Amino acid sequence: MSFIPNTDADRKRMLEAVGVASAAELFHDVPKEHRFPRLDLPSALSELEILNELDELSRLNSPGPQTPSFLGAGAYRHFIPAVVDAMVSRSEFATAYTPYQPEISQGTLQAIFEYQSMIARLTGMEVSNASHYDGATSTAEAVIMALNVAQKEKRRVLLSPALHPQYRAVVRTYSQGMGLTISGDESLANGFDQLGSLCDESTACVVVQYPDFLGRIAEPRTLSALAERVHTCGALLIVVANPVALGLLVPPGEMGADVVAGEGQALGNHLSFGGPYLGFFAFRRDHMRKSSGRIAGETTDHDGRRSFVFTLSTREQHIRREKATSNICTNQSLNALTAAVYLSALGPRGLRRVAELCWHKAHYAASAIAGVSGYTVEQGEFFHELVVRCPRPVQRINARLFEKHGIIGGYDLSQDYPEMKNAMLVCCTEVTTKEQIDRFARSLEDCRHA
Amino acid sequence: MREPIIFEISRKGREGVSLPACDVPQTKIPARLCRSELTLPEVSEVDVVRHFVRLSQLNYSVDTGFYPLGSCTMKYNPKANDAAARLPGFAELHPLQDPSTSQGALALMHSLQTMIAEIGGFHAVSLQPSAGAHGELTGILIMRKYHADRGHSGRTRILVPDSAHGTNPASTAMAGFEAVEIPSDKRGNIDIACLKARLDERVAGLMLTNPNTLGLFEENLLEVTRLVHEAGGLVYGDGANFNAILGVAKPGAMGIDVMHFNLHKTFSTPHGGGGPGAGAVGVTEQLADYLPGPIVASAGSDAQGGQKRFTWCMPARSIGRIKSFHGNFGILVRAYVYIRMLGPDGLRAVAENAVLNANYLQARLRGVYPVPHGDRTCMHEFVAQGKLADAPEIRALDISKRLIDYGFHPPTNYFPLIVPEALMIEPTETESLETMDAFADALLEIAKEASEKPELLHEAPHSSPVRRLDEVKAARELKVTAG
Repeated sequence: MSFIPNTDADRKRMLEAVGVASAAELFHDVPKEHRFPRLDLPSALSELEILNELDELSRLNSPGPQTPSFLGAGAYRHFIPAVVDAMVSRSEFATAYTPYQPEISQGTLQAIFEYQSMIARLTGMEVSNASHYDGATSTAEAVIMALNVAQKEKRRVLLSPALHPQYRAVVRTYSQGMGLTISGDESLANGFDQLGSLCDESTACVVVQYPDFLGRIAEPRTLSALAERVHTCGALLIVVANPVALGLLVPPGEMGADVVAGEGQALGNHLSFGGPYLGFFAFRRDHMRKSSGRIAGETTDHDGRRSFVFTLSTREQHIRREKATSNICTNQSLNALTAAVYLSALGPRGLRRVAELCWHKAHYAASAIAGVSGYTVEQGEFFHELVVRCPRPVQRINARLFEKHGIIGGYDLSQDYPEMKNAMLVCCTEVTTKEQIDRFARSLEDCRHA
Repeated sequence: MREPIIFEISRKGREGVSLPACDVPQTKIPARLCRSELTLPEVSEVDVVRHFVRLSQLNYSVDTGFYPLGSCTMKYNPKANDAAARLPGFAELHPLQDPSTSQGALALMHSLQTMIAEIGGFHAVSLQPSAGAHGELTGILIMRKYHADRGHSGRTRILVPDSAHGTNPASTAMAGFEAVEIPSDKRGNIDIACLKARLDERVAGLMLTNPNTLGLFEENLLEVTRLVHEAGGLVYGDGANFNAILGVAKPGAMGIDVMHFNLHKTFSTPHGGGGPGAGAVGVTEQLADYLPGPIVASAGSDAQGGQKRFTWCMPARSIGRIKSFHGNFGILVRAYVYIRMLGPDGLRAVAENAVLNANYLQARLRGVYPVPHGDRTCMHEFVAQGKLADAPEIRALDISKRLIDYGFHPPTNYFPLIVPEALMIEPTETESLETMDAFADALLEIAKEASEKPELLHEAPHSSPVRRLDEVKAARELKVTAG
């Protein structure tokens, strides 16, 4: 089926009105030798056939949602209340485009305005944009904003080694034509103190993660001290944050952050094999004109009624072209809406409860795993994730965990950190049960000699 | 209309969700780590539902009506696409699972990579970019690294036609190049003489939208791509308008070296009120090693059943990762379903009907609304002008706003920049003759109103949830969060 309502009779009428004999004639500008090539594609399927095929394909992805999983590392399995999907699948939201005509797009615009308000409050920042593609690109856009704030005079960027490895990769990809020096993440030994002393007058920004990629929570006074040091150098402090953790923890805005960016997936978005997610992006009001991405603002209409519209478009590519603050066109509107519905449904107590459950489960897992001979748990405060030192390479343990015990193990940190040989990043959320954690600990015991 | 902001209906103590009790021993949370307050809305579930349902009703959408927004390809989005993306085996799959436990997702992505390469005439495809602009940045970074590998660091310029989307020069600048504008000629093509004059050893390549934003197929396409190649440059194809030539021509065969595909346009995934989209990038063989990755590669077949296996593979000279994880997978599933449901003949029928619909609308409007290139056959869209002989004070914006009163979404306004008072109209193939006739009738009626009752247009829209907005006030006051 091709979803084309034109009948042969319709086409005949239209061709007559246009003055050509066949639709093929309309393509006379296409070079003749390249016109109507053969497409080597499978033939059309009915809806029933394709859905059957995909149902089968989706089942090749083991495990099902009921399988215990201790994998996080930037994408989290949380409970999604039914109300979230019910609202987001409204086709008035899903099949609209970016609100170029605000008079008939108030639904999207007001929802984005509410999303911005919630993100600003959650991060402790003054303002938020309408979202970026994901946590990694939001981080890259934050770095670019810092360069713009520095009027392009500062070309040095410091990244914490405990910033998500994929985010560090994306920052480097984005900026490869910008002539920057990016450093700081050579060794996990580089903590806030080292980053602070590396920061100098030529530094545009310092990027840290809170809680960091390894789940570690910085002490508020340590983060505040870093902010002070960074500001003394005239640089910006970019904090990549975990939004669920912010339901509980001191927000970066209270510790001197200039930008709080991050992955918003955990706010009601399905894992969906890595996307679509959303990158949230909150910042200080002073930097609004240097910021990137769409921003919804309040105004009034012709009759004086409160209404919403995208504002500050003079920063954007469709007006400023090569002088724009970014090339980004739209945002991840539907995912931002998802986050707004999720945060509305949970409210401050619900989000805090989710964060507390994550905390208690992860800490229970830590004590359970610490009791297994051969495994040690790294000390310190952590959220969502904890680092477990294993007696064998994580890849081998994970293979056995899945094959023998039907458990998806944690993330193998040796992929990104040579000094983290045999280290597993273990994640628990509110959906992880005590029974699963106990089973995991028992299974780890069995994997000691894997 | 006045739907309160959700914070205004918040009442202390209300909750919209129930969570389980803690089933593990609790560990003390140090007070010094905890925030003192968080002011999110406190509402019950029914409040959430009524609020967001009411907001949704303030939107115009493809599922509500005709949305001829030029260059955005607002076609109908089949519901089977969404049903497939919601399958638990896809929706609940963690991106960092081992390839051995995500073979279904990898198989789908591999198949989609292969099909997009075949449709576009390319050697390899990366599905990682999240949107059209993201694909552009990817493509320009690929061109940059290709030249750098050949020691051509003096190639610092990218040529961009004056009809291009703003994202083209913006992506160019972001990748560290200088954008140099190329004018269009009288027939709406690239000005060949000017192109020749600009092509020198400083040029890394050309960004070309074809069909262009005037809705015209570049008549000298083969000459343009040949000239750029002879000058040592590469040609970037902006696939925003690919719906017009789906199954009709393969850009990769006509000299385009790298191109992004807007899966949310051409392959019919819902636009989501401004994302998520997906901007897959296809390249020729000589650029395949530069794609962002990892991409999915075949890993042979398993020993027992002969089932094909897939794995992740980082291209040898990759520009790096352009996004976390693997791209907007949920969007990729939808595009895959669409392509499989249409098949090769269905895809060609898409282009033929999209182009026929646009030419029909152009024919119906041409006598009343000026169409600067109306002597040419348009592709999937055309650009008319909101300039009426009998009503000189009426602007394109007035006409657009009046269309809202007739129940239609307006065309794209004031773009491309090279056509004054532009009304860029793209009907797509999923609209019926009756819908297009109703739309043309409305535009012709509005032309009459423009000379008889111009205030109707100046003050339009009259029937929308809100009337024209004070955009200057929004930019001056910058109230971007709830008080």
